[in-house]
Amino acid sequence: MAATVAPQRSTGRLMRALEHRALPVFTVLAIGYLLVPIIVMFVFSFNRVDQSLGDGKFNYQWHAFSLEAWLNPLGWPGLGNALYASLWIAVMATIGSTILGTLIGLALTRYAFRGRGMINSLIFLPMATPELVMGSSLGILFVATALPPLRGAVPTLFPFGISTILIAHVMFNISYVVVTVKARLAGFDRRLEEAAMDLGANEWTTFWRVTFPLIFPGIMAAALLAFSLSIDDFIITSFVSGTQNTFPIWVYGIIRNALPPQINVIGSIIFLVAVLLVASSTLRTGRPPR
Amino acid sequence: MAEVEVRLTQVYKAFGGDAAGRRVAQYIKPDEHGVIVAVDHIDLEVREGEFFSLLGPSGCGKTTTLRMIGGFEQPTSGLIELAGQDVTWLPPYKRNVNTVFQSYALFPHLTIFDNVAFGLRRRKIAQAEIKTRVREMLELVELPGYENRKPGQLSGGKAQRVALARALVNKPAVLLLDEPLGALDLKLRKQMQVELKRIQADVGITFIYVTHDQEEAMTMSDRIAVMNRGKYEQLGDPETLYERPATEFVAGFLGVSNLLMASIGDRDGDYAAAHLADGSTVRIPATLKGPVAAIKIGVRPEKIRLYAEGAPVPEQMNRLEGQVMDASYLGASTSYIIRSNDGERITVFEQNLARTSHGSLHQPGQKVQLAWLPDHTFAVAADGHATAGGPDGA
Ligand SMILES: Nc1ncnc2c1ncn2[C@@H]1O[C@H](COP(=O)(O)OP(=O)(O)O)[C@@H](O)[C@H]1O
Ligand SMILES: [Mg+2]
Repeated sequence: MAATVAPQRSTGRLMRALEHRALPVFTVLAIGYLLVPIIVMFVFSFNRVDQSLGDGKFNYQWHAFSLEAWLNPLGWPGLGNALYASLWIAVMATIGSTILGTLIGLALTRYAFRGRGMINSLIFLPMATPELVMGSSLGILFVATALPPLRGAVPTLFPFGISTILIAHVMFNISYVVVTVKARLAGFDRRLEEAAMDLGANEWTTFWRVTFPLIFPGIMAAALLAFSLSIDDFIITSFVSGTQNTFPIWVYGIIRNALPPQINVIGSIIFLVAVLLVASSTLRTGRPPR
Repeated sequence: MAEVEVRLTQVYKAFGGDAAGRRVAQYIKPDEHGVIVAVDHIDLEVREGEFFSLLGPSGCGKTTTLRMIGGFEQPTSGLIELAGQDVTWLPPYKRNVNTVFQSYALFPHLTIFDNVAFGLRRRKIAQAEIKTRVREMLELVELPGYENRKPGQLSGGKAQRVALARALVNKPAVLLLDEPLGALDLKLRKQMQVELKRIQADVGITFIYVTHDQEEAMTMSDRIAVMNRGKYEQLGDPETLYERPATEFVAGFLGVSNLLMASIGDRDGDYAAAHLADGSTVRIPATLKGPVAAIKIGVRPEKIRLYAEGAPVPEQMNRLEGQVMDASYLGASTSYIIRSNDGERITVFEQNLARTSHGSLHQPGQKVQLAWLPDHTFAVAADGHATAGGPDGA
């Protein structure tokens, strides 16, 4: 008896020691693992890079502290246009997918209709499909609209450009929006809408005065997610962008010849904006957006 | 007689039967199609200014009935009228009716003021008037100064009052209340019962009140419909329901009742003879003699007097013999369980008027005589259907 108890007791002590000492260590390691790349990106945005320094235009080796890149964040040919296109596409894709996704989320939670179960599972498909598959199939689809037998029968989506990128982005964003909005609606008390109607509000007023304000945090979270997915998408975009540059595609193109610190500057700005948005919504609602 | 404010004609409501939620009126045999009949062809008239209750066990269709009057649910068939106007298919916002929801359903994102003002704002009432009416209403429910709080900061009792204020401020013709006190503790519930009754008397609005608590319904209501399985078994004022229950269900649901199998004999003046299983014969009011011969007669526990074995019992009283099985001293009264000669258990409450300092007047094991006035007897059909006074007969 005593023989079996003793090892147990020492195991217990060991576990406790692990909890007290090892857990903080693991936590620091895990957070470090997540943060180191970002810190490196941020630090190297202050690097001095020029031709005379031996490693050409590549921001790999630390030379000296410089604000040059921060003072001139668009200081590479094509960067400004690519970034502008990316922002525009991200904003438009976010608006489009948030509206459509919210409506789909509402329909799927509110109404029983034929095919609801199927749509509920299909909605996960774009998340589960490899981007490579989705990108190539979208590319083929868009080209096919311009060729026989589809040619003339459907609106032509070729040549590639902003509109094809937008269609692709809205498409893959919708799933994420639907899932996020549905999570918020799952906890929604329908009696609140009944109460509003009971008090004289018609469907329209009820939606805007009661439903929308209450699911707004979910919609906001969905929009942020959509924006962040859209602004840095590379794989799908590359299949449908044609000659249109976006920021990720421009970066991919330029790294063969140069790695300008401006990339780090823009990366840092995007990161800081994201942190600010999450922080402000956490402060406002008391919890991070889902 | 006051005017009819709410009229339900043959209102029938079935749920289910089709995943897509299509109407199920075409099904004749509901169970085979998985259809749940929530409300089964109800006819009801609620009068202006009355405190009317729907009373019944959970699942009997009270909420569904109320929701159809409120407009949140449409009947599968039947007609609903408010002040003479057919509103069966009108949406809630086109009915002059307001609801106090079971869960209160206060808008969590709005202040108490904005919650109460919600209905007035929809009617484009001037800001100044909204202010005064909301303030008056918060005073009526004794919550002045709570305008800027949020619902999340209120206790259950206070949230309940806000829900009441939010509905009443619109001065509806009818106020619907679905177990509004269900979530409160006993003490607060008693207090709110008195207050609700006071407010109803103050504002003079018709109340339709849903509850499964018979005591609550009895204290507050002018009239009660006792519901069971989608129908009401009896409709009347609390006294009639208690003194003259029409069915076994009503007798059992409102208070304690003793029911004894009986067969009806000859009429003798105002009374009819009822032969009991133990061979004794008692008298019941002749008006209770229904169309069926086999009935159950009932008598409430507090109507029965106990006499010692062999003691003289007043001649006009019904008499039954039994043995005390149990006596529990309850302070104001003593509760006895008596076994009759044929083994029926009869409950008797006796006021503790003539108490001595040592124990109950009648000890367990003692033989006693039970006596009650024939007029205190009621009768129900043995199969649970009404014999007399019931809304839908037997
Ligand atoms: N939306 C619904 N769908 C299916 N069945 C329902 C629905 N609402 C109520 N029911 C059923 O109808 C019956 C009556 O319900 P309800 O009116 O809520 O009873 P009560 O309020 O008296 O407890 C119950 O059997 C309940 O399960
Ligand atoms: Mg209910």
